[in-house]
Amino acid sequence: MIRKAVALSLIVNFTSFANSAELTGSAGLDLRYYLQDSLYPQQERTYASAYLSPEIYAEFNDGQDTLIFNPFYRVDEHDSERTHGDIRELQWAHYRDTWETKVGIGKVFWGQTESVHLVDIINQTDSVESVDGEAKLGQPMVNVSYFTDYGNFSVFVLPYFRERTFQSTEGRLRPPLAISDAIYESSSEESNLDYALRWQSSIDDWEVGLSYFSGTTREPELITQISDSGELSINPYYAQIEQVGVDLLKVSGAWLLKMESIYRQGQSEDFAALVAGFEYTQEGVFGSRYGLGYLAEYQYDERDDNFFAIAQNDMMLGLRIMANDIAGSEILVGFVQDLDATSTYSAYIEASSRLSANWRWTLDGYFFSSDDQDDPFFFLRRDDHIQFSLEYYF
Amino acid sequence: MNFLSRIVLITALGCTASYGLASEIKGDEKAIAIAKERKARDTGWGANEAKVLMLLKNSQGKEATRKLEVKSLEVKDDGDKALTVFESPRDVKGTAFLSFSHALEADEQWIFLPALKRVKRISSQSKSGPFVGSEFAFEDMTSYEVEKFSYTFLGEEEVNGEACFVLKQVPEYDFSGYSYQKVWIDKSHYRVQKVEFFDRKESLLKTLYLSDYKQYKNKFWRPMKSLMRNVQTKKSTSLITEELTFDTDLQESDFDKNRLKRVR
Repeated sequence: MIRKAVALSLIVNFTSFANSAELTGSAGLDLRYYLQDSLYPQQERTYASAYLSPEIYAEFNDGQDTLIFNPFYRVDEHDSERTHGDIRELQWAHYRDTWETKVGIGKVFWGQTESVHLVDIINQTDSVESVDGEAKLGQPMVNVSYFTDYGNFSVFVLPYFRERTFQSTEGRLRPPLAISDAIYESSSEESNLDYALRWQSSIDDWEVGLSYFSGTTREPELITQISDSGELSINPYYAQIEQVGVDLLKVSGAWLLKMESIYRQGQSEDFAALVAGFEYTQEGVFGSRYGLGYLAEYQYDERDDNFFAIAQNDMMLGLRIMANDIAGSEILVGFVQDLDATSTYSAYIEASSRLSANWRWTLDGYFFSSDDQDDPFFFLRRDDHIQFSLEYYF
Repeated sequence: MNFLSRIVLITALGCTASYGLASEIKGDEKAIAIAKERKARDTGWGANEAKVLMLLKNSQGKEATRKLEVKSLEVKDDGDKALTVFESPRDVKGTAFLSFSHALEADEQWIFLPALKRVKRISSQSKSGPFVGSEFAFEDMTSYEVEKFSYTFLGEEEVNGEACFVLKQVPEYDFSGYSYQKVWIDKSHYRVQKVEFFDRKESLLKTLYLSDYKQYKNKFWRPMKSLMRNVQTKKSTSLITEELTFDTDLQESDFDKNRLKRVR
């Protein structure tokens, strides 16, 4: 009798699973064209590439429990490291009124600013995937969040570390040598148990966040090594760090004022970093449908010599143009000037529009300049490129 | 000077004396009474969930569709809360808007971007901007509160076969894209039948036609079709309610910003 009931409930559960499971996702083709000849002989001028990222989602118990599986795979014509796969999400979530828990591989975003994400630390950057650093690798985690009238409290236990992705010898956007194997401070290497705490709240016109992280740094330092056989290599070194962060946003009419700041201990130097600025939005420009967003952010970082700390004393100016049309067309142009070295600057343009309910194109351009041999952009000075992508959403 | 604007002028002149009489709401007494009755007849509905089809047409008649789910919660003595989730177009599937409307204070709005898992606060200026490329502005989608406008009674007219009061309402909140609106409210049930929106230069910008009214809970009327026509660009957007359920178990906590990350 009991067995029958179990079997029946299994069938019922399975049917309800089948009914509620959905398959969505996206796939895309892209073509990168570098405007200058490469600095290093193994590199190419054009790189074609394609990706597939399906997503399976299912709900149980009236949506109290959900399962999500979102694998990702990209094939790149030349860059064997950019040919890579990842599980972006494989997560069970349990939702209650005042709390929720998520177990598995997932993605979390923290922060408010646009040009640099200082506070956002849970996920590793998938740096071969996109130049702007917005693509992230899936992070294994156990997360519990508790919602109160005094904001949202979250705890994250992160049992496994993801190494940052780097270009192969055949890839562009790299230092003179392709970045080699990771070196860890922790004897448990990538199995070091990291954890993080966060509080975030909306208080009237303010968004306020505080965060703490303890564990393996997501942003490595690059060290140069000479092997026994005399071969030179550049390795990412992942130290154990502690980081506190604060992120703020204030809405004031058409203005959004934004600020993020961190203090990090544990790497070759302890340091503070800050990014602060505004976004001003104007709708119906000159009586048209167009909307404009003006962005300005000042970036400061105490460090002098970290390859990835490019925002040391820099100013970002940006303009977002929203067509507000059916196709959702948008252009974002940005310019980042190093205030210490006039020759060091970068610029970007990101334009995209919808072709139909399922297709979207994107045109991105990134431009780097530096004649300062110590600046990371010096290695990228010939890596100006444009990229055209066509994406299909299903 | 046409007939209607003459009425506007006369009524406006005749009513300057009554300004400020009806608590803090500005306007003539008759218009304010109609506005208050409109709100009173639509008070107490609680919460609802709707499946909505948005049909966008450009001036050449080319069509695009969006599917959205809208959850709404009535908030006593304040503007409503609404959560809108996109099902299509596919590239924005899972994108969610959360808005807390307020009578006079700036609305609070957040958007959830599923690809980045990022919740972003939206500035109040955005309210005059088009809602996802449609002919509806953000401010057209927020809940009606009497305090949001000042009122003038313009007269009576028949629309959709219904005898209607005609009111002029001037936005009292900041960042509106309109100088004023003309609203046709039927005498039988105080339902809005038509709205004309005038841009900041006071020329007619858009006309909204509400039709196929259905009654819920024996009291509350909802239009199953809202057609917004841009008179200047000839573009139009229809909102078609495919399903509407009242008495759902929605609670205040379902409209928490943290819930944005849960939506599908």
